[in-house]
Amino acid sequence: MAMLSGAQILIESLVREGAEAVFGYPGGVTLPIYDVLYSHPLRHVLVRHEQNAAFAAQGYARATGKAGVCMATSGPGATNLTTGLVDALMDSIPVVAITGQVPQALIGRDAFQEADTFGISRSATKHNYLVKDISELSQTVHEAFHIAVSGRPGPVLVDITKDVLISQADHSDEQAMLPLRGYRLADEPDADAVQRAVEFLWKAERPYIYAGGGIISSAASAELVRFSELLEAPLAHTVMGLGAMPTGHPNFISMLGMHGSYAANMGVTECDALIGLGVRFDDRVTGRLDKFAPEAKVLHVDIDPAEINKNRRADLGVVGDAKSVLQLLNEGLAATRATLGRERREERLAWMEHVRAMKRDHPFVVEESDDEIKPQALMSKLDQISGGEAIVTVDVGQHQMWAAQHLRFNRPRLWQSSSGLGSMGFGLPAAVGAKFACPDKTVMAIVGDGGFMMSLPELGTIAANQLPVKIIVMNNNTLGMVRQWQQLFYDKRYSEVDVASFPDASLLAASFGIAGGSVADPADLDEALAHAFGEPGPYLLNVQVTPEECVYPMVPAGGAVNEMILQPEPEAAEAVASD
Amino acid sequence: MQQLISLLVENKPGALMRVAGVLTSRGYNIESLTVAKTIDPTLSIMTIVAEVSDSGRDLLIKQISRLVNVIKAVDLTDSRAVRRELVLIKIYVEEERRPALLTEAKIFRARVVDASPEAYTIEATGAPDKLNALIGLLRSYGPVEMVRSGAMAMARAKQNKLPVPSYTEAALSEG
Repeated sequence: MAMLSGAQILIESLVREGAEAVFGYPGGVTLPIYDVLYSHPLRHVLVRHEQNAAFAAQGYARATGKAGVCMATSGPGATNLTTGLVDALMDSIPVVAITGQVPQALIGRDAFQEADTFGISRSATKHNYLVKDISELSQTVHEAFHIAVSGRPGPVLVDITKDVLISQADHSDEQAMLPLRGYRLADEPDADAVQRAVEFLWKAERPYIYAGGGIISSAASAELVRFSELLEAPLAHTVMGLGAMPTGHPNFISMLGMHGSYAANMGVTECDALIGLGVRFDDRVTGRLDKFAPEAKVLHVDIDPAEINKNRRADLGVVGDAKSVLQLLNEGLAATRATLGRERREERLAWMEHVRAMKRDHPFVVEESDDEIKPQALMSKLDQISGGEAIVTVDVGQHQMWAAQHLRFNRPRLWQSSSGLGSMGFGLPAAVGAKFACPDKTVMAIVGDGGFMMSLPELGTIAANQLPVKIIVMNNNTLGMVRQWQQLFYDKRYSEVDVASFPDASLLAASFGIAGGSVADPADLDEALAHAFGEPGPYLLNVQVTPEECVYPMVPAGGAVNEMILQPEPEAAEAVASD
Repeated sequence: MQQLISLLVENKPGALMRVAGVLTSRGYNIESLTVAKTIDPTLSIMTIVAEVSDSGRDLLIKQISRLVNVIKAVDLTDSRAVRRELVLIKIYVEEERRPALLTEAKIFRARVVDASPEAYTIEATGAPDKLNALIGLLRSYGPVEMVRSGAMAMARAKQNKLPVPSYTEAALSEG
């Protein structure tokens, strides 16, 4: 019999569930936890803001597939986590958040640093708990990890009252964990549905695969590639799906949607069979929904039954884990390839050729200039440095879309982007989490000047841990994506997007005790990048790029995806040229 | 239109908040909601009536189903489920009109549960439409105060098959 405090049981439970690092920030009611951590081997990373604890936990989770753990105190600590939790919910990222709560006797009495964390986090999480009884703590932590990583992953919050943390109980790890009655994971895919899907696939003349984050969550990349090869079909990714199929694969036609490639957006418009795999037909992908894939019958595979028919009606829906569904589909396709698969093969090959030609003829444009660094050219250089192997975290905005367009990824779990919620300030703390998860990998945070300023405090975390994260600020002195919309749709009335008062990067970095610099001349870019990546420790590189540049192609809000703006209007081009 | 939803949920703190949250975050107004324990005290059954667009009904059931505390969610809107509601009506009625009132109440199988010199309190159960008719009638006798329980619904048992698998699941399964 071992008597342990609630705080000790919590930490032992985290270790039992496989936690390697906790990203957190202490406070009044979590003092008992931090007292345990003082002499415990479990690694705690002190971030500089609780929001960044949640983002760093995501960075860890996105890099590994395991649950990332973050911790905050009651009240403001817990409310600061919220953005990072909603972000994880939108992108289906497994995160376990531990928050302290005021003692039970004070709950509901407006105690110091009291907030209704249980209520506030209800809509920010996949599930949440308020622990008021020490006997439930161990089981609750077990459930939290199980729910976070299983099924459609997501964030789970465990709020623990301070009296539970300081009380004592007999703790035995051998106790059996109880099953969850209301939580059912997807069954094995329905065999009939799979059989119908195989027939559906071979009937198509113009099949088109649209793959998303579900492929990465279920580690189904190999199955996805084989599926595309068996079917001989082009494949586009969502922003969440980048890396699921290696960028260099001949069937890969890049990203689709608002800033997707010409081939991906025209392809989806022309296809007669759309195969959505671990995707949710998000509005940034579909554009105007009733004109999305207008000629296609839809096969939708997702682990969450609520996604089938949510936005686009599926002619055939298969509920299940992407990996097991794809294995069954691949078996079915392989078995019938010589028979059913021959019927429309010529049409399919002609289609594949047509899509590849569109990809060849309409690549993402990398403009070159001798006067200023073009943002696309910067991404191109970063791509050469990465070679498809670096972990790349991005923030939200223009740089995010250019990075998605121009960087290659040879494997999954290299690309990290706040995709669904679109939270500025994500990139830098995510890089912190990713670097702790994968210390041997090159980790670059490509961020805009706006989002970087939101995550600025994490320079402290990076400096304190001497984390060799390479921070590349794509600085156009404006909130570029908002400015782009004002430029294109609001008659260039640039309202509150000027953020030119950016600090001197080398002084800023030096003040944190890390290396840094700035570059504005295209002639100096190679050397600046070589220096940044050659430095053994962290590096902050501020890259001044063309200010008034827009991300193309662009599907205007509410437009159909084949109605892309491919390049600047002539008038706009002249204005840029005459500057 | 009004959607009638029956849920089997774990009897745990937060279960009601989660279910209500799915509805309210979509801007749906809850017309009525009843919840109480089943024979198994660790489970509860909720009956919800809410104004939901036809196109949103299926998605709503799926999104409620995926809540961790929800064991089963069923849309009973189009089913032949038994629907009942309880109402308590306090009616301020003069003494000479009381016999007539009692006669009419009897038609609705309503009964007096409290009487005082100034008012009767009447209890009635029935389908919501029937109760509306009763209330309309009683209001002609004098000022009324009333409390309604909100709808409860239970799917009808199967006509041709016995026994049912489990009392809790059966309560939600259409025969």
